[in-house]
Amino acid sequence: MAYVINPDEPAKIKVENLNFYYGSKQALKNISFNVPEKKITALIGPSGCGKTTLLRCFNRMHDLYPGNKYEGRILLDGENILEKDYDLIRLRSRVGMVFQKPTAFPMSIFDNVAYGLRLKGIKNKGELQDRVEKALKDAALWEEVKDRLNDPASGLSGGQQQRLCIARAIAVEPEVLLFDEPTSALDPISTAKIEELVVSFRDKLTIIIVTHNMQQAARVSDYTAFMYMGELIEFNRTDEIFVKPKEKLTEDYITGRFG
Amino acid sequence: MAGQRGFWADWSFAKLALGATILVLVILLAVFVVLYKESSLAISTFGVWKFITSQVWNPPLDKFGGAPAIFGSVVSTVIAITIAVPVAIGIAIFLTEIAPHFLRTPVGVAVELLAAIPSIIYGMWGLFFFAPFMRDKVQPVIHATLGKIPVIGQWFSGYTPGIGLLTASIVLSIMILPFTAAIARDSFKMVPDILKESAYALGATKWDVMKDVVIPYAKLGVIGGIILSLGRALGETMAVTFVMGNQPVIPKSLLEPATSITVTLANEFTEADTDLYLSSLFYLALILFVMSFLVIVIGKFFFLKRVER
Amino acid sequence: MDAFQKRKLINAIILVFSTLAALFGIMWLFWILGTLLYKGFSTLSLDVFLGDPPAPGDSSGGLKHAIVGQTLIVLLATVIGIPIGILAGTYLSEYGKNSRLANFVRDMSDVMMSIPSIVVGTFIYAVLVKPVGHFMGLAGSLSLAVMMIPIVLRTTDDMLRMVPPELREAGYALGATKFKVIKDIVYRAAITGIVTGVILSVARIGGETAPLLFTSFNNNFFTTNIFQPMASLTVTMYDYAMSPYKYWQDLAWAAAIILTFGVLGANILGRVIAHYKFKR
Repeated sequence: MAYVINPDEPAKIKVENLNFYYGSKQALKNISFNVPEKKITALIGPSGCGKTTLLRCFNRMHDLYPGNKYEGRILLDGENILEKDYDLIRLRSRVGMVFQKPTAFPMSIFDNVAYGLRLKGIKNKGELQDRVEKALKDAALWEEVKDRLNDPASGLSGGQQQRLCIARAIAVEPEVLLFDEPTSALDPISTAKIEELVVSFRDKLTIIIVTHNMQQAARVSDYTAFMYMGELIEFNRTDEIFVKPKEKLTEDYITGRFG
Repeated sequence: MAGQRGFWADWSFAKLALGATILVLVILLAVFVVLYKESSLAISTFGVWKFITSQVWNPPLDKFGGAPAIFGSVVSTVIAITIAVPVAIGIAIFLTEIAPHFLRTPVGVAVELLAAIPSIIYGMWGLFFFAPFMRDKVQPVIHATLGKIPVIGQWFSGYTPGIGLLTASIVLSIMILPFTAAIARDSFKMVPDILKESAYALGATKWDVMKDVVIPYAKLGVIGGIILSLGRALGETMAVTFVMGNQPVIPKSLLEPATSITVTLANEFTEADTDLYLSSLFYLALILFVMSFLVIVIGKFFFLKRVER
Repeated sequence: MDAFQKRKLINAIILVFSTLAALFGIMWLFWILGTLLYKGFSTLSLDVFLGDPPAPGDSSGGLKHAIVGQTLIVLLATVIGIPIGILAGTYLSEYGKNSRLANFVRDMSDVMMSIPSIVVGTFIYAVLVKPVGHFMGLAGSLSLAVMMIPIVLRTTDDMLRMVPPELREAGYALGATKFKVIKDIVYRAAITGIVTGVILSVARIGGETAPLLFTSFNNNFFTTNIFQPMASLTVTMYDYAMSPYKYWQDLAWAAAIILTFGVLGANILGRVIAHYKFKR
């Protein structure tokens, strides 16, 4: 495996010899790499390669379901988050996530964005209002919803709902933000808006984005990890990996020569 | 000729199917019309309002008022729902979010099977086991606690053989418990995983997810389910008829024997010796039919229809 | 204590309460089930199945009359209710589809399903028992059939609508008539679902007592004449449990366990078939 484990950037997350099992089926095989801080890292690969599985390790989403097992370490600022009794509630307030489909909660637009803040214990009305407004502005949604903050979120379009979910995720000021194919359910125009947003968070947050769309990875990310059959095949700067991949498999995938 | 035969088979099958469909509507309409016709004697004798409010149910004098039976039906249903709903929702939360995964399916299936047990068995258990338990163990405790409270204390006074309105209500609540729990669980299960995951991803606890996502999302379904349970409790006969006591009075205390529409029908229908007596019983049946009709219309069409959408 | 700790504490408290509620509810159900098993099995014997009905005060005799009566009443209800339910369900799915009549009938069958069972009994009493002048097994079957029809109708409708339209189109493309398509293609594709629905509806009405009280009534003698009053397990349980005789009460528990096994057996059978079908 010829990949750069340690890019020349400070690492926010270090993945060390990570194995993951769904029951007895191994889904991730001995994965090690560093996620650079305040950069955008894309995970690409054919479906079933384990990219979403890897993403869901970073906020321990797999713990919601029985029979899943981790081995190895994931260090977030040097702390192993795979520790058995690690505080998942706190972890998830530091590592946010945006899903494949918009997941607006059955409540108003305002309450959706304020939800994570309230979970953090912020009760002050003024502070809530300020931070909801800031999050909606950062998510480029403010102008569209500022007059109807108390309407149910279900009235928004798919693209707006997805930006609402991004606003909800960034409102709590996470250090890391995970995107799981955030545009797979959206039209091209909404997709472009989401991509713009993701790029606008560069230098503010550490972002990991799973995508099945190679152009998207090339457009938005600084670093790209190519995965295949549960293994990390190649990890490098995005411009490097797309221009001169070191591995034959990577090259085949990128050039579309894949069965 | 073969084509001709095919045509006739086709035509008659279509008409047969249509006929069966119309028959369903005819039966439903017939239930209403027949009950109305059979109770017309009582309706013309006692009127509507007078029958509903009169507390006198005296067959030897040919005087019939529906208030005690209606009171018993409504009160036992309300008490049963009040007890069953929180416990059923507790079971549903337990089954969807708390129980270890290996327990969820077997316990869930067990709850569904319990909902299939014939209601007469709940009634027999009530008569032979629960009524004595109420008399010996629960009644003294109720006297010593609730009975001491001023004003409402009188609702919990009196000595009985354990048979009465409260006993019947509790047996009823146990009978509808599995049904209500199964409906609540099904509603909770309809909440998409991805929605729950996004709340967990913000750092929510299980209870936060329940309270802020699952319950609001499933609310209409659960309320609809509760109303359907209410309909079941209202129309239930066998679970209550053993333990209600069949006293056609509005009791002063919940511990005392009472009656309900179904209990009156079960006990007295075959004994009615005058036309007016039988007609009054049909009148009660008609009232029960209308009540459960209203309940189903509210539950199904107001709440559950909006869920299916 | 910060907001995180507070939320986690509340979470823990609620989880404990919910677990307790679940245990509390399940405890009652197990008490009832335990009683049923204990009382039922301690009376169950060959005599219970084969013996003639006991006279008052006897301490021997059995439930043969009630078992046979119950079987006959339910069987006859099935024979009457199933074809009507399936035909009407077929109409809704294949002819009515989303027409106003079809949707109206769907709603009305939900209403029909929720008629209190004792009210169904009074209805059949008025239209059949009163004009004829005496109770009869057939009237009990009709009551149960009225309760079965909407259940079978709705499951048939649901199951047929799950058959993909391409299958029907393939049939028409071969020149089949609508009746042939329904009979040879749609029914075949949906047969497991329909059978499941039928079995579950039998399980549902098999344990009903209230609709039989004033229709088939009871009979302390063995009979297979459906035009005479006929004993059923459920009404026999009701009468025996209310009687002052110890042996009769014991027999009521024996009847209870036979009935429960019958009803639960049918229920489980229906689920197993459905599970087998939908797993594939």
